Amino acid sequence: MIRAKAALARSVGRISRATGRGGGTTLPGRMLLKLDSNAIDKLGAGLTEGSTLISATNGKTTTASMLATILAGADRHPVHNRAGSNMTWGVATALLEQKGDEGLFEVDEAWLPETASRLHPRTILLGNLFRDQLDRYGETEALADAWAKMASELAGQTSFVLNADDPLVADIGNSSGPGTVYFGIEDESQALPELQHAHDAKLCRVCGHELTYDRAFVGHLGHYWCESCGMRRPTPDVLASNIVLHGMSGLEATVDSPEGPSRLKLPLPGLYNLYNALGAIATARELGVPVADAVESLASMKAVFGRVERIQVGDVSLSILLIKNPAGANEVIRTLALEPAPIDLWIALNDRIADGRDVSWIWDADFEMLAERVGRITCTGTRASEMALRLKYAGWPTDRTTVIDDPEAALDSAVQAAEGQLFALPTYTALLDLRNLLADRGDTERYWEG
Amino acid sequence: MVSSMKLRLLSLYPDQMNIYADRGNILFLQHRCEWRGIEFEVTRCGPGERFDPAEHDLLYMGGGQDRDQKAVARDLVETKRDSVARAKADGAALLAVCGGYQLLGESYELEGETIEGLGLVDLKTVREPGPRLIGPVAIEVDLDGSPKILAGFENHGGRTRLGNGTTPLGRVVHGHGNNGQDGFEGVREDNLIGTYLHGPLLPKNAWLADHLIATGLEHHHGERPELEPLDDGLEEAAHQAALTAARNG
Repeated sequence: MIRAKAALARSVGRISRATGRGGGTTLPGRMLLKLDSNAIDKLGAGLTEGSTLISATNGKTTTASMLATILAGADRHPVHNRAGSNMTWGVATALLEQKGDEGLFEVDEAWLPETASRLHPRTILLGNLFRDQLDRYGETEALADAWAKMASELAGQTSFVLNADDPLVADIGNSSGPGTVYFGIEDESQALPELQHAHDAKLCRVCGHELTYDRAFVGHLGHYWCESCGMRRPTPDVLASNIVLHGMSGLEATVDSPEGPSRLKLPLPGLYNLYNALGAIATARELGVPVADAVESLASMKAVFGRVERIQVGDVSLSILLIKNPAGANEVIRTLALEPAPIDLWIALNDRIADGRDVSWIWDADFEMLAERVGRITCTGTRASEMALRLKYAGWPTDRTTVIDDPEAALDSAVQAAEGQLFALPTYTALLDLRNLLADRGDTERYWEG
Repeated sequence: MVSSMKLRLLSLYPDQMNIYADRGNILFLQHRCEWRGIEFEVTRCGPGERFDPAEHDLLYMGGGQDRDQKAVARDLVETKRDSVARAKADGAALLAVCGGYQLLGESYELEGETIEGLGLVDLKTVREPGPRLIGPVAIEVDLDGSPKILAGFENHGGRTRLGNGTTPLGRVVHGHGNNGQDGFEGVREDNLIGTYLHGPLLPKNAWLADHLIATGLEHHHGERPELEPLDDGLEEAAHQAALTAARNG
C-alpha cells in the first residue's frame, strides 16, 4: 500500500514543480503523511545503513550540508532534505523522491523527538539551543527536557554527538548513555570579551545553581562549570585550536581527535561555522569517515541557500545572510563587523508563522555593534517599520535608512544605492521570497532545483 | 518645569527576567530621556539584593523562563517585598510585564505548585485546561481620559483573575488578555501597571513610554513635566504595524 500512496504523492510534487507553483520540497510529503501517518517509519525502514539526524537552533542546514559534502567525498550519497525543509513533511518528501541506503536529515528542534522515534536513527548530532521563536518552540529549557527524554529512550541504539560547549546540549549526555561523543573549541584567544546579554544557559541543568563561565565563544557556548555540584563541560573528543579568522571569506583551525591533528581550511566565516564543521566532522567519524578525509572535503565546501550565499545582481555583489534569532543575528553582525565600512544593507523582517509571529527578538540582537560602520540601510518586510525603529535605537543613522514595504522595490532601491557590495539580512520567509524574486529575474535558480 | 531633570530606573532581575528582549524597553526609555536632555540612570537589582524605594522613580520587571521565575518569586518575597510596596505607595511608576506581572499578585500556579507572589495587587494566576494564550494583541487603555491603543504580543500559559474592585489595564480589542474569557487585560493601581503584552512593548507604544517617563519625573521632582515632543514617525509606523498584526490575528 505504501508504494501506491508514495507514487501518488510523488506525482503531486512533479506537477507542483512543472507548473511553477513552488512548494515542491514539502507538498509531496504533506500529501503522503495525510495518506499514511506512518509513512516515515515505513520508507525509513528502507534505509539499510540507517540515518543521521541533525538538530540545533542555529546551523542545521549548514551542518547537514557539511556532512553531505564529507560523505560525498567518500562517494556516499545519502537521502537528504537538502532544501532545508525540516519538519516531518520535509523528511517525508526527501524519502519519497530520493534513492539511497542511508539517510541524512536536518530536523526542526520541536519535531526531533517524534522524527527520531519513527526513524530509529543510527546517529543524532545536536549542535546548540538558543532562544528562538518562543511563540512556536516554547522555552529552551523545555526543549532541552524533551531532548533529554528522547535520548534516554534511544540510549544504547543511537549514538549521540553533542556540543560540549553548550551546557543545554552537553547535559543530554547524562541521558544518552556511554559512547556519547563531544566536540568543542579550545582556543582561548577567540573568547568573547564578555558574556552576551541574550544569554540562555545561566543555570546548571543538574542542580539549578548559577553556572560559572571561564570564557564564551558564541552566545552561551563556551567553557563553564558549576561551583555547587561540580558539573563541568565534558572533555571534547573532537576539538579545534589555533584558530585564524579570515573575515567573510573563511577561517582556519587545527582539528584534534584520537586520530591526531589536521589543519582545517573552511571557506565559511565565523566561529559559529567552526562549531558546525566540528559537529559534522565528529559525526562523519561515527559514520566511518576518517577526520583527515573529512577536513579535506570541507575545504571545498560551498555556501548553502541563504547562508553566506553570494549572488551577482547587476553591478552589485549580493551576500545573503539569514537572521532569525538573537544568537544567530549576533554572529552575522560580528562577521559583518570585519567587513570594510561603509556596509550597505537590505534587511527584511517578516512576522509570518515560519518566522515566528513575535518580532520581539530583534531587540535582543546587538545591532549596536555596527552603528559606526553602516552605509545605506533599506528595511522591508511585514514588520519593516519595527526593524527600522530598532536600528534607530541602536544608533544607526536614520537619514540613511529607508523603509520600503514591498521587498522587490526595496531590493531595487538598495541595489541602486549600493557601492559594489550589498548585504541582505532576511528572516526565513523573507529569504524564500528573496530567492524566488531573484529566480524570477534570472539571477539564481529556484531553490528546490539546487 | 524643572530645569535639570533626572529619571532613576530600577531594573529588577535583568539577568533572570529578560526572556522576550525586555531590554528593548529600557533602551527605549533611555534614548527618549536623553534626546530630551533628561538624565537617565539605571540601577540593576538582582537576587539577594535590596533597594531603597526613595532612590528610584520607575521600576521595571520583565518575564523569565519558568525555572528562573520560580527562583525570582522566592527572592522577591524575601528581599524586596516591602521596598516595592513602599515605592508603589509613594507614587513611583512600576511596569511589570508577562512573568513580572504574574508575580505582582497573591500567587501563581506552576506545574501544580502554588507559588507565593508579592501580594501587591488583588489578583492571582492559575492554570486551566486549554492551550497557551499566544499571539498578537491590542487593548484599549484609558489612563487619563483619552483612550489609547496598546499593541503587542502575548504568550502565557497562566490565566490571571483580578479580584473584585481591581482595575484592569484595558479592554481586549484583539487577542486573549488576562484569561481569554472576561475581555480584560492587565492591571493598574496607583502608578503600577501590569500587562501580558511582553518584551519590548514600549517601542511599539511610545505614548506609554512617555507616560511612564512623565510619571517617574513627577515622582522625583514633585511636578509632572510637559515632555518635549520627538520625531515619532517610525515609532508611529511600528505601532500601526503591530496593530495590523493584532487585527489580522
